[in-house]
Amino acid sequence: MSALLSLAVLPVVLPLVATAALLIIGESRRRLGSIVNMAATLAGLVVATLILWQVDAAGEAGAIAVYLTANWPAPYGITVVADRLSALMLVMAGLVGVGTALYASAGWSRAGSYFFPLLQILLMGVNGAFLTGDLFNLFVFFEVMLAASYGLQLHGSGAPRVQSGLHYIAINLLASSLFLIGLAVIYGVMGSLSMADVAARMPLVAESDRGLLHIGAVMLAMAFLIKAAIWPLNAWLVPAYTASSVPVAALFVVMTKVGLYAILRLWTLLFPAGAEVSAQFGASFLFAGGLLTLCFGALGVLASIRLDRIAAFSVIVSSGTLLAAFAVGSIEVGSAALFYLVNATLATSALFLLVEVVKRTRSETQTRHLDAEALPDEDDNLDDNALPLVGRAFPISVAGLALAFLVCALLVAGLPPLAGFLAKAALLQALVHQLPATEMNPSTIGPHGTWLMIVLIVSSGLFATISLARAGIRHFWLKGGVLASQLRAAEAGAVLLLLLASLGLAVFAEPALRYTQATSRYLHAPQPYVDAVLGARARPGPATPAIDEGSVR
Amino acid sequence: MEVVLALVIGVLGGAGVWLILRPRTFQVVMGLVLLSYAVNLFIFSMGSLVIDKPPIVTPGHAASLEHYSDPMPQALVLTAIVIGFATTALFLVVLLASRGFSGTDHVDGVRGDP
Repeated sequence: MSALLSLAVLPVVLPLVATAALLIIGESRRRLGSIVNMAATLAGLVVATLILWQVDAAGEAGAIAVYLTANWPAPYGITVVADRLSALMLVMAGLVGVGTALYASAGWSRAGSYFFPLLQILLMGVNGAFLTGDLFNLFVFFEVMLAASYGLQLHGSGAPRVQSGLHYIAINLLASSLFLIGLAVIYGVMGSLSMADVAARMPLVAESDRGLLHIGAVMLAMAFLIKAAIWPLNAWLVPAYTASSVPVAALFVVMTKVGLYAILRLWTLLFPAGAEVSAQFGASFLFAGGLLTLCFGALGVLASIRLDRIAAFSVIVSSGTLLAAFAVGSIEVGSAALFYLVNATLATSALFLLVEVVKRTRSETQTRHLDAEALPDEDDNLDDNALPLVGRAFPISVAGLALAFLVCALLVAGLPPLAGFLAKAALLQALVHQLPATEMNPSTIGPHGTWLMIVLIVSSGLFATISLARAGIRHFWLKGGVLASQLRAAEAGAVLLLLLASLGLAVFAEPALRYTQATSRYLHAPQPYVDAVLGARARPGPATPAIDEGSVR
Repeated sequence: MEVVLALVIGVLGGAGVWLILRPRTFQVVMGLVLLSYAVNLFIFSMGSLVIDKPPIVTPGHAASLEHYSDPMPQALVLTAIVIGFATTALFLVVLLASRGFSGTDHVDGVRGDP
């Protein structure tokens, strides 16, 4: 336990130290910078895995590691809390981080300045948002993450990037304002911003203040839903993700999940299903928003020709599915949704990474008049120097690429036998199981909503299959292989890593599902979290005598 | 004082939202700045609006908001101001870059109706 306690803040500290090191190394020593960056992201993944392992080893409820910043006990100090949910998200972010860092080191990192430091800062913001136990700190980590993402989104420059970046920054600044308003209202009502403290005081809120509290929660949810790309707040996503460079887009997939994580964390803490007052506040709105997003995303996937647009709309589909699943509020559905979340993130990231290498399989002169995708792309001319000229050509590169694309498509569309199918099957099964329970309890989603969600999930899978099959036929059968693909080892390795992680999720589905189930059960009974955070005691310093309760007062 | 502050926040916020919905990038920046002023004042107002109350608990008085002014929102506002300042500065750079690429200051980069 004590080792875990000191580990809990490492996922935030490690990228920060790496950023400092990378800034000292500077832009001129690229190889060294690349190695340091790779080592830091790998170390981050190892630390995240260790935290996950230690949290899980502590038994069914899982350990809840509380790190008190500057030794101030909650609710006065800022707490860093690593529990089952945080650990799962950290590992997911770490995997995507390693994949994108590896991919970027093949060439994209040289398309502009300070790619690696920005990547590390983004990872720090994401990890911090997953770990923090304080609402204002959540805001700060969101801003850290967003500030880095602005820089990364513009990486490589060019008119489309700047244009979509302008919209992206404007909407996020607006969301930050909403976030602050929500924080202020909650602080005004609760007198505290520590998540555990706010959760503990929830039943004590006077009836007259409850409306104000709900308004605060709605304002916070707006900010999170903008980040999670929920319809109609998601018009920024597709232009921003498709315009940004390939590894950045793959990394951004994690960022929408941060918004979803914040919703899940806050709603299970503040408005748990078992609460006497304001139980599952706004769940029907979240559910409806999720289903509408799912519709929007599925239609977008079907209507997309370009592979990067398909990937971007897949992000929206997974956001919608997850929000609706979290809003259902059942333990089983939540567990399946967490499994789906990890798989969907890995799969869409891999799909984004494939976008560019798949394009390289084709001869541009041959297809320019045939195909929309062969039109000179926004980023082509600017990135000429960044693209590897002639890398190590794999003799089987095209075949390998096609296979990777096939695996990716199976994962995104949720077809057997891979983890995408397992996630969807678990989700559908949980929804069907949940049907009779809802008929007994009409206050939650209701059987019609559940059936609608089942239909939408199945049809979104069908649409993704159609669209990805179309893209695959065009890229690999129609004119693929005409030009041998130039694939760098690092790029292939990055895609392979993400796909292998996803494959591991399928092979070890049983322990993974057991973990998500325990996480979901833990999330539905927030009392252990509250007790652990509020019960964490400051450690006695080396010089001062042990502090006892009496002398603190 | 409450009425004045509420009016100020309302006017700033309203003007900010209106400007954000305008088609010129500079107006959007001004709108975001005004909105952040409104938000900062709003956070500030959450820590009890009183004059001549120190932000510390004095001995002999109960630690309730009647006897002291809450220092927390001021600390929060300070953080929010710094972050807002930095992001607005970044936004200005992107605005100039967009102006350079498209030759117009329309938010969509195409010359629309003024």
